[in-house]
Order: sequence, then C-alpha cells, then structure tokens
Amino acid sequence: MTPALALMGVFVVWPIVSAVRMSFYRWKGFGPMEDFVGLRNYGRVLGDDVFRDAVAHNFVIVIASVVVQLPLGLAIAMLLNRNIRLRGLLRTVVFVPYVMAEVIAAVIWFQLLQPEYGVVDGLIELVGLTPPEQGFLGTPELALPTLFVVLTWKYLGLAVLLFLAGLQGVPDELYEAAQLDGASWWRTQLRVALPLLGPTIRTWLFLSMIGSLQQFDMVWVLTGGGPANATTTMATYLINQGTQRHNYGIAGAASVVLFLVSFVMALAYQLLILRRDTVVER
Amino acid sequence: MRSKTRRAALAALSAGVLLLAAACGGDDSSEADEDTITWWHNSNNDPGKAYYEQVAKDFEADNPGVNVEISAMAHEDMVDKLAAAFQSGDLPDVYMERGGGELADHVEAGLVRDLSEDASEEIEKIGDVAMAGWQVDDTSYALPFSLGVVGFWYNTELFEQAGITETPTTMDGLYDVIDKLKAADLTPLSVGAGDKWPAAHYWYYTAVRACSPDTITEAVSSRDFSDPCFVKAGEVVEDILETEPFHAGFLSTPAQEGASSASGLLATGKVAMEMQGQWEPGVMQGLTDDGLGLGDKTGWFPFPAVEGGEGDPAAQLGGGDAWAVPEGAPDVAVDLAKYLLSDEVQQGFAEKDMGLPTNPAAFDSLANPSLAELLKVRDEAPYVQLYFDTAFGESIGGAMNDEIALLFAGQATPEDVVSATQSAADDEG
Repeated sequence: MTPALALMGVFVVWPIVSAVRMSFYRWKGFGPMEDFVGLRNYGRVLGDDVFRDAVAHNFVIVIASVVVQLPLGLAIAMLLNRNIRLRGLLRTVVFVPYVMAEVIAAVIWFQLLQPEYGVVDGLIELVGLTPPEQGFLGTPELALPTLFVVLTWKYLGLAVLLFLAGLQGVPDELYEAAQLDGASWWRTQLRVALPLLGPTIRTWLFLSMIGSLQQFDMVWVLTGGGPANATTTMATYLINQGTQRHNYGIAGAASVVLFLVSFVMALAYQLLILRRDTVVER
Repeated sequence: MRSKTRRAALAALSAGVLLLAAACGGDDSSEADEDTITWWHNSNNDPGKAYYEQVAKDFEADNPGVNVEISAMAHEDMVDKLAAAFQSGDLPDVYMERGGGELADHVEAGLVRDLSEDASEEIEKIGDVAMAGWQVDDTSYALPFSLGVVGFWYNTELFEQAGITETPTTMDGLYDVIDKLKAADLTPLSVGAGDKWPAAHYWYYTAVRACSPDTITEAVSSRDFSDPCFVKAGEVVEDILETEPFHAGFLSTPAQEGASSASGLLATGKVAMEMQGQWEPGVMQGLTDDGLGLGDKTGWFPFPAVEGGEGDPAAQLGGGDAWAVPEGAPDVAVDLAKYLLSDEVQQGFAEKDMGLPTNPAAFDSLANPSLAELLKVRDEAPYVQLYFDTAFGESIGGAMNDEIALLFAGQATPEDVVSATQSAADDEG
C-alpha cells in the first residue's frame, strides 16, 4: 500500500498541487517562482475568447459524440452480434483504429486530408465534386467537423467493443422468448437488448465525456488548434500557453480550469447517472 | 524543422516535467566534475555531427585532462530539453542561445554567464552587428557562431518558364512576378502557416520595411507598438494576401516536414517561391529523394522594398545561434565556447555549409554559392533585425504569431495584430 501511495503522491497529487501553485504566479518556466499575481491568471484565461471557444469546442465534441457515436456504435454492435458472414473480420476492422496510437492515427489522417495531393481530396474529385480550397483541415468552418469525423473513426471501436460485450451478456432465453412471442429482430433489439445495455451505455458515455474534455493528441497533430483557433481545445490551449509561449502561470490556471470542469462533470455524472448502476437492490 | 509528432510527445512530456520542476524549483545543479564539460548542440547529422566530434577531440588534445561530453540532438529535441534544463537549473556547460528576449529572460533569472571580459577578443572579432542579438545592457552573454537572413528562395527554371528575367526589388515588382507565375499556370508561393512563424515572418519583414530602424529598436526596448507603421505592416501583408499567391491549404501546411510541407512544395517544383531562412537549401535536400533539393535551380532574392516605408530596404530579417555558458559552469567551458569561434573551427564550419559563420576569417570558406551570396547580403545590410518572436521573447512573440496567423486566415485586421501584441506586452509588465 505504501509504494502505491508514494507513487500516487509523486505522480498525481504533487503535479496537481504544483499546477495550482503555478497558476497564482507569473512565471516563464525558469528561475524562482516569486511574482505572485493572485487570481489574475484565472481572469486572463476566463476572459480570453480563445479559451472560451476552446471550452465550446470541447463541449461540441462531447455532445457530437453522444449524438453520433452512440447510435452508430449501437447499430454496428447489434449487427456484429448477429451471425453474419465475415463477422470476425468486420469486428477487427472496426476495432483496429481504437488500438492504434493516437499520434500515428493523426499523422496518417493528416496525410490523407492534405489539400490537393491527399487521398480524400482525390476521391472527392473522382466523384465530380470540388474539395474545399484550403482543405478540410485548413478551412476554419470545416476543421472541427473534420476533426470529429476522425475522432469518430478512432473511437467508434471502443463503443462497439463495449456494446458487444454488453450484448453478449443478454441471456439467450430472452431472445428466444421474444421470438416465440413473434417479435421481429428489430423489435427484439429495441425492447430486449437495449434496456439491458443501460449500464454499458452509461459507462461508455462517461469514458467518452472525459476523453472528449481532455482531447489533445489528435488535435495537436492534425491542426495544432488551428486554423484560426477553430479547433483549439482546453488541453491544446494550455500546452500552447505553457510550452510555446512560456506563460506557465496561465497554463497552470487553464489546467486547473480543465481539471475543475472535468471533475465537476465526472462528479455530477457519478451522482446523477452512474449511481443507479451501483445501488444494490434490496 | 519542427516535427509535429515529436512535438506532441514532447509537449506532453514537457508538461509533466514542468509540473514536477515547478514543485522542485530553485537551482539544484549538482557538483560538476571540473574536468568534464557537457556540450549540447543540434548538428545531429553528418557532416556536422562528425565535425563537432573532431572539434571536441582537438579541444581535449589541447587541454589535457579535459573531457568533453557531447549530446547531439535534433533541433526541437534540444530546444525542449533545454527548456526543461532551464526549469531545473541543471544546464549543460555549453549550450545554444537564440538571443533577444529569450536571452534577456535567462539573464534576468541569473542563468547565463557574462562573457564580455573572458571572450573580449572573440567578441571584437565577431563585431557589433552580429553580437547585438546576444547582448543585454551592453553585456555579452553568448558568442554567435551562425547568423543568417530570411529571403525568397525560388526555382530558377519555373521563373524562366514564366518569362521572369529579373527578381523583384519592390512590392509592385513582387506582385508582377506573382501575376506572371499565375499566368503561366504556376503556384507562386508556399507558406507553412500551420506552424505560424513562417506566416509571421511576412509581417516581421513588412514591419522592418515600414518602420524606421529607430522605431523598431525603441519598440524592442519599450514594448510600445503605437507607431502607425506597425499597422501599415499588416496592411502590406493584406495586399500580398489579396494577390492570392499561396498554394492551396496554406493555412494548415507545416513549414518543413515532408514533401507536402511548404519547403517540400518548393523542393519538388510544385511552387515557384518560398520565403525562408538560410537553412532552406539544407532542409530541401532532406525533402527530395535524390537528396539534392532544388540543386542548381536554386535562386534567392531579398525581401522587396515597401513603397513609402520608413525602413531601410537593405535591412534584413534574420537570426542565429550562439554558444552560451551557464552561470557557475567551469572556466574550461568558456574556453570551449571561445574555441568554437576560433578561425580554425569556424572555417571548418563554413566549408561544410553548416551555417553562415560570424568570424570574418571564415567568410571565404563557404562552399555553397547561394550561402555565399546570402553572406554578402547579410554583411552589406545596415542591420539584421532579429526575428520578432525571438527579439520580444515567447510570450509577446507567441501572441504576435497567433494573431498574424489569424490575419492570414482573414480573421484579424492589421489593427488586431498590433493590439494583440500590445496587450501581450502590457501583460508582461
């Protein structure tokens, strides 16, 4: 127990305390930290349009994940749960992006999405359409939706995997009973499988929400938060302020805000939604 | 030569390191072995790597008992490692300083050793123009070993194809070249605006041309950008953008990674020009299969004059690298830094085209004709303005670059660039 606590202290508690401390100072990353500025860094972060946009982008990703990835993941999981041909292959295809390192996946997509010379633009031209002039990642209005498509490609596998596992837990007898009652496959899924998937869906929602709030690698490699800050997230904002601009105090404040947002969301989710899964029926 | 992937990993790592370092703080440099000196540099490919190994061996032979430990790293790895070293206070004995505001910050934190007296001979030899970027309050803190300038690199074959016989010297001349290239169905320019700084270089240059040298010198020290010439700089950039000279997707294009980067597009003949620093021929060589880059099709011309501007059309934008020694490092580290600026070492440096030397004794040793031409332009310049993001330091420079990138995206006005820069400067206090 003691080694675990020590590790926890060094790698979790200490960095958190350090970041909080750093957020109250104006500090360039070296020399003594002595220019105490109180809450000024928080004022600057919260008053910065770029940060507010970043928060909005994070929430767009959270909401879009629920709206798009949830039904899509459920549909694919239900299909792959049937005895169809090439089921194993299809499961692998859906799951491979998830196990791929995020940075590598982003580099691949960056190349595919290159304007003019990229495969995606080539395919669009092939069907007679005109790709956007600045490319999907270079057009401010398209960059965030494009990023979300790539994120969906990357993380759909996790949703499908979880939902499939959940579906495996549905007792065959329930399907058989539904069949005997004359229910169609579609109706069986909707009325039997889906309600039983509740806990799995709620767990996925939690993972998806926290992942979306902390999204960094994919954005950093694909767009660096650009163009024109159109894809900046809270994490890219704080890294930009810290390692690029050497405003470590502001980076500290942004990291505390990110931590608080994630913490409050996680806590609320735990209390309001996940609680029902942990309450033991008497 | 920033690698985005590496940057992502390193950014994450640095974030962790900074959190830990923040808690450590202070100077915890361990008791160093006086006879072993550590030297970090970024020549991690041959011939530079092998050359510096030989230089270290020669130095060891001249200083019996001294051991030089070299760490040769890719540039960005070195920059990130140095940032972590500055945080911990445990710096190598000889390292690279980029000068300007960054150096001033290091000096203010008491991290860099004053070399004014110990290296007075070398400082005199290098001269005031080159030394300027590494002096704070008339005190010299590092010895610049390479100083280059930014200008337009172009493909002579494509220029011929478009019927361009002369390189432009005015902005109208530049617009004319752009028109001719477009008429010949060629893409005039590439820019890695995804990395921001290549786009920012346009604004820096238009400011150097629009503002008098005094205004810029004054702005560097007072951090006051109220002179209307700074707005004019943005207006000239808008004029350039209006001619739509850049390749498709320039807003998300990286500067010099891979064949589809801005430098890659020039190296592979997909665009006719790119504005870049003296490192461009070397970068392009790494981006073509034959390792030649543009080869003998490489042309270069300086940034044109801005009509009505108060700046000197012969002034250049540039920057360089210098050897610095941290406060508290052994004296023999200063000896190594001085040795690196000696006639002999700088001549070898120039012969291998590792950069534009600062010791006049090495000026004739440059093998590459484009670099020799650049050296002439640099030395004939009344002054070389250090890149603004370096001159003003990362905090102000970063805000400036971010806003200029927005200007390129059509989402900021020339006034916005000035006000974002001013507000970052005001926040610095």
